[in-house]
Amino acid sequence: MPNPLPDLATVAGATDGRLLLLFEGDNVLVARTRIRAGETLFVAGAEVTLAADLPLGHKLARCPIAAGEKIVKYGAPIGTATEAIAIGTPVHVHNVRSDYTPTYHLMDAVKPGAGA
Amino acid sequence: MSMAVATETTLSAPSGLAQTETMRGWLRSDGRKGIRNTVVVAYLVECAHHVAREIAIPFREHDVHVIGFPGCYPNPYAERMMERLCTHPNVGAVLLISLGCESFNKYALEKKVRDSGRPVKTIVIQAAGGTRKSMAEGRAFVAEQRAALDEAPTVEMDPSELIIGTVCGGSDGTSGISGNPAAGRAFDQFVAEGAACIFEETGELIGCEHIMAARAVTPELGQILEASVAKAARYYATLGYGSFAAGNAEGGLTTIEEKSMGAYAKSGASPISGLIKPGDVPPHGGLYLLDVVPDGDVRFGFPNINDNAEIAELIACGSHAVLFVTGRGSVVGSAISPVVKICANPETYRRMEDDMDVDAGRIIEGRASLDAVGREIHDLVIDLARGKRTKSEELAHQEFVLGYKSFEPIGPACLPV
Repeated sequence: MPNPLPDLATVAGATDGRLLLLFEGDNVLVARTRIRAGETLFVAGAEVTLAADLPLGHKLARCPIAAGEKIVKYGAPIGTATEAIAIGTPVHVHNVRSDYTPTYHLMDAVKPGAGA
Repeated sequence: MSMAVATETTLSAPSGLAQTETMRGWLRSDGRKGIRNTVVVAYLVECAHHVAREIAIPFREHDVHVIGFPGCYPNPYAERMMERLCTHPNVGAVLLISLGCESFNKYALEKKVRDSGRPVKTIVIQAAGGTRKSMAEGRAFVAEQRAALDEAPTVEMDPSELIIGTVCGGSDGTSGISGNPAAGRAFDQFVAEGAACIFEETGELIGCEHIMAARAVTPELGQILEASVAKAARYYATLGYGSFAAGNAEGGLTTIEEKSMGAYAKSGASPISGLIKPGDVPPHGGLYLLDVVPDGDVRFGFPNINDNAEIAELIACGSHAVLFVTGRGSVVGSAISPVVKICANPETYRRMEDDMDVDAGRIIEGRASLDAVGREIHDLVIDLARGKRTKSEELAHQEFVLGYKSFEPIGPACLPV
């Protein structure tokens, strides 16, 4: 079987094909498949190693993001970073807050890297 | 006696849905056409729910659906919803089940249904002599109506006569990438063919209000669209929770505005022709936003307590079918109109294929384009009017929920053309 993840037009050149860039100005990438902890991948040219599983549909930083900076996905702001986020690290409820209503979640009760 | 009636009449094949070459519908007196010919059994207070359910059980796989309103206190929104649902083009006959002492105006509802040309009967449990007698009387009526509807002729139907709704539920980080934009492509195709398409849940458009307003056919409508989202943001802020479930976060969604951007993609790219409220039927083809958040003070709790409350409202606006995009994996269907389940997440699809009509996760894995999946969704809806059934219909999913709300009527600027 050929590579099940052929290039989409939006995949950045120096970025792992398992990561999807939705919009040119975005500062996050989306996992197109579950990527396991310990795997090494290229994010906008930088080599990073995942500390925990990144489930399908979850995000990681495409570039360094400063505390207080907007998270941009689909070309639109989707919240504000609550701490500095290093390139290639997960971007989720632990380091982003909504600019509208707080996010209710049970992620603290979910073991890291889960998300069935 | 009652059981015998029911048993004899439910051994036939599911009613009126032989596969046909062209789209076929049942013509109603208001000119609309239904793609289903369902008998609705409607309870008018929770106290009549059990009797309604028992009446319908022998016919559960034969297009007899239970809907109802649980409250004992009157509510104009709920009465309008029930009227619109009982006179929906997919409905051929109606049985109302009243306990007898509830406040619901059963006389007005029965008259509306009768005036629509549909057979209708009201059973008042207290007058009929209790549960057993009401069940027997109800099953006899349903059997008689089912037999008559099975013989009813159909007429040709055109895609331009369709009203299609869309909703997402159990969303995750894949929904906004695959399932929702694919549903949007299907919407674009339907709008181009002259159909009416409805998207909704203003609470899940928070953050998208400005880009959405720019698509309105008039600047005044754009302001109304923005105001509807501001109302939703206020409403949810008062309640303390956004339209965001714990599972959304587990699926990779971080904030309501991220969920919104994904949900917004369901609307496609057509101009927005109008804003409607629950029970308003689009006056002609085009794309419409359904404002589901109540007007005035926060009074009755969350605008929609779950996905089926939204689906019921889309159907009350005349939706012949509802496109339901899910990432985490919802299994629901609905009473009255078929629900097409579009699975955005390829892992979920592989796990729950029996419940899913469309595998939109192929887009994420690079195995299909957005356009191809959009066309597949469009063609599947057309097939629903040619005898095909959805997975949730085959599994006899007929969820329904209706609660309390209050709305002001829409103004003329909401439907500018």
